[in-house]
Amino acid sequence: MAFPGARKIATIELRTDRDVAKARSRVSEIMKAKGSRDLMTTRFVTAVSEIARNAATHGKGGRLLVYDMPDPRLIGVECVDEGSGIEDVERAMVDGYSTRQNSLGRGLGGAKRLAKTFTIESTPGKGTVVRMTGICTTR
Amino acid sequence: MNAAAIYEVGGVLLVSITSDITDSDIIELQEMLSNRIAQSETRGVVVDISALEIVDTFVGRVLAQLTAIARLLDAETYVVGMRPAVAMTLVELGMYLPDNHTALTLDHALEKMRNAGLTDGLPRGA
Repeated sequence: MAFPGARKIATIELRTDRDVAKARSRVSEIMKAKGSRDLMTTRFVTAVSEIARNAATHGKGGRLLVYDMPDPRLIGVECVDEGSGIEDVERAMVDGYSTRQNSLGRGLGGAKRLAKTFTIESTPGKGTVVRMTGICTTR
Repeated sequence: MNAAAIYEVGGVLLVSITSDITDSDIIELQEMLSNRIAQSETRGVVVDISALEIVDTFVGRVLAQLTAIARLLDAETYVVGMRPAVAMTLVELGMYLPDNHTALTLDHALEKMRNAGLTDGLPRGA
């Protein structure tokens, strides 16, 4: 179980950048339906965009699962890929570190700052799982 | 690509980006816009991002690159219509877009560009 007591409400396959755009708009719709404020939605959807892109580009595809959390003010996502994994997760979280030349290396660290909770598990050769929760509303 | 459109308005190039733009669309837009700047000999570019609910590190980097490319082609770029939530999130990501001029609306951008003499195209420096 990705999050104790959570209920899966959507699954989005991530193969192309079109799927990443779809993941963004789907999570945005779900958050708005929960009464999320603009800033909360933009912050979390930005974090989702970063991790979904990672899965679609280096993860050789994956999927994004969206969860209703036991606390109705929250939303949960789990992004799973079966790519090459990340050798040094701690280093990958540092702003400015990237294995690619044309990247700023701010994606993962940025996603962590924008989410309420963030966990990452990566097994080199097997893939990566990122779990994040976001706040929709404080009331 | 239909995720962005480029128009010539008031002596500048106006780029309108739609909400569902993908990474490859925006790379394609970068190439199209560079060519249009050179062909039209424009000196001002306005990029309207009011439809974008989010600007992540990828889109932020492309916006910064667009500005740098335009500047090499002797054109200045104004980003207009950024939503407050996007500005707050970009700062949190550490992306300050220092080389992009910004304006709240297209009208403001056009006024600033007129004042800077950017709306008449070539001849440059005449």
